[in-house]
Amino acid sequence: MTLGVMGKKVGMTQVFDENGLAVPVTVVKLGENIVTDVKTKDKNGYEAVQVGGFAVAEKKLNKPELGNFKKRELSPLKPLKEYRIENSGAYTVGEALKVAEMLTVGMRVDVRGKSIGKGFQGTIKRYNAGRGPMSHGSKFHRSMGSIGAGTTPGRVVRGLHMPGHMGDENVCARHIKVVRVDVEKGLLLVKGSIPGVDGGLVVVTPSKSKWN
Amino acid sequence: MNSIIKEIEAPLLKSNLPAFDVGDTVKVFVKIVEGGKERTQGYEGVIIKHSGHGVGETITVRRVFQGIGIERVFLVHSPRVEKITVQRRGQVRRAKLYYLRQRTGKATRIKEKVGVRKDAAQTKAAAAAKTEAKS
Repeated sequence: MTLGVMGKKVGMTQVFDENGLAVPVTVVKLGENIVTDVKTKDKNGYEAVQVGGFAVAEKKLNKPELGNFKKRELSPLKPLKEYRIENSGAYTVGEALKVAEMLTVGMRVDVRGKSIGKGFQGTIKRYNAGRGPMSHGSKFHRSMGSIGAGTTPGRVVRGLHMPGHMGDENVCARHIKVVRVDVEKGLLLVKGSIPGVDGGLVVVTPSKSKWN
Repeated sequence: MNSIIKEIEAPLLKSNLPAFDVGDTVKVFVKIVEGGKERTQGYEGVIIKHSGHGVGETITVRRVFQGIGIERVFLVHSPRVEKITVQRRGQVRRAKLYYLRQRTGKATRIKEKVGVRKDAAQTKAAAAAKTEAKS
């Protein structure tokens, strides 16, 4: 996974492009994104960079968590996220990630977040299954149909689409275009929608070089 | 609305819009590209729908042209919409004038609103400034 920046989804609006056409955008408020730890091959067995997302009050962390920040003389940050990268030696503890270098206008990014929870849902909403007629004497409305044959195979095949909990899972929206980057205000505008509720945590990473 | 979104939208909003409402006859001047050249075209009709707020505010303008009803939706704050002028103010009792679609000829007439202050646009702007000052 390449290095990404953490942010909070603010909401959607629209802006106008140079032709005067409206572009739907999602606003992301970027966090502080400060390097809190650098893991090296010699010391930890793998190379990675640990980044703290947002500055929080001290009381939001417990003592062991706070101890880590005290040791490194950093202000408290939450949440912590590790990115496995190859040249972790290039980063030092306490430096902020250079958003202006990582994200540029027009590039493609992947946005990861937790999708909105939908609760317990049937197969129609959850898996786009079909339904029966609602009237004309039909008694088959929205329920599931058959879940398999009889004696052969004598069991229900694994992974069959059934009702259950929907949403509230990690989702990645890929190859989303960056419309605007405002480093001063810490704002990022991407085209279209991204996963999660307003105020939810999202991680923005540049897409594979094929797309950039 | 979220304050951050408001801040992003603020420079995109037009401040010189006249006060218009559903039932008004308006003329919308739209920029169109024709043969590589840009020119402005007027489109006159009755507002039958006014929806949205902020940058997403739209009006649906209906006119009957050569016996065929045309409804165009305009993004009020779009840079493509150069100007909107109110030709006539209408007195209506609905927020959405969908009933005009079923009517033709004289039945589509809308009563003119009387006693409308001419400086309605200015009062609207003043009211907006007042609420801004409050917040």
